[in-house]
Amino acid sequence: MLRAFSLGFVLLVLWGLLSGLMEPFLMALAVASVLVVVLISRRMDVIDHEGHPIQLGWRSIFYWPWLFWEILKSNLLIARVILGQPMPILPAVIKVKGSQKSELGHVIYGNSITLTPGTVTIGLERGELTVHALTKGTADDLKSGGMDRRVTAMMGDEKKYAAGAGGGEP
Amino acid sequence: MDLDLAGNLVIWDMIGWALMSAGALFAAIGVIGIIRLPDVFTRMHGAGMVDTGGAGLILLGLMVQAGPTLVTVKLILIAAFIFFTSPAATHAVARAALNGGVTPLVEKGTDHKKTKAREKGGDGKSSTT
Repeated sequence: MLRAFSLGFVLLVLWGLLSGLMEPFLMALAVASVLVVVLISRRMDVIDHEGHPIQLGWRSIFYWPWLFWEILKSNLLIARVILGQPMPILPAVIKVKGSQKSELGHVIYGNSITLTPGTVTIGLERGELTVHALTKGTADDLKSGGMDRRVTAMMGDEKKYAAGAGGGEP
Repeated sequence: MDLDLAGNLVIWDMIGWALMSAGALFAAIGVIGIIRLPDVFTRMHGAGMVDTGGAGLILLGLMVQAGPTLVTVKLILIAAFIFFTSPAATHAVARAALNGGVTPLVEKGTDHKKTKAREKGGDGKSSTT
């Protein structure tokens, strides 16, 4: 129920930000649309810890800036690799374990790996990720497990498979 | 504290342009990577540069240019959607390549698991439609 209210609130805010118009008629339309969407979502049973993960939202606030910083660093690294003459690439397929306890955690970890240039998740099975790495540096960096620890910390999994184990992704 | 015609600080305009130029540079290098890199899996890394570094920095530059307005909010939403969807698209390309029987090009001297990758690449022949 809390999730449904939260979803409705988020959708209303989204409507307001996208339209920017505060006329009563349009506001009424907004409320009506949001109600319909929330009711349909509830009926489809998609408002769950994966569809609308609200629990650990504040923790993801600390995760995102770190991920952006990593993405920027990797971009610079891969830019240098691509412009190298010859290209210093050493492609490898490696397997890493995700220490997250929920599927959502594994998916967030896999997506974070893919977002970081130089590593792409090409498979995910029962918490084991198959990753294609472009250079030895990116592969070693991944195997050191810094990102894994950060995602696990964001999920709050080091304590327990907590209250639905939400992440930061709507 | 120079102001432009619209009354905005020129310095923000310059920062915006610098960020957009950096983004364009990353996107261009990413495209060069797509051309130069040898196979589909390595090329995905080049594509990844375009939609993280390239798109991200261009959007950031546009946000700086737009200033604290609703336009910036919309740009943030666009960035969020790109960052949520592009890994899914990349993953779909990778799965399609693996199911189609493409084996990742792997150079010797690494601790890769070549045979396993081969098996993975070969087990989806039924889906080559």
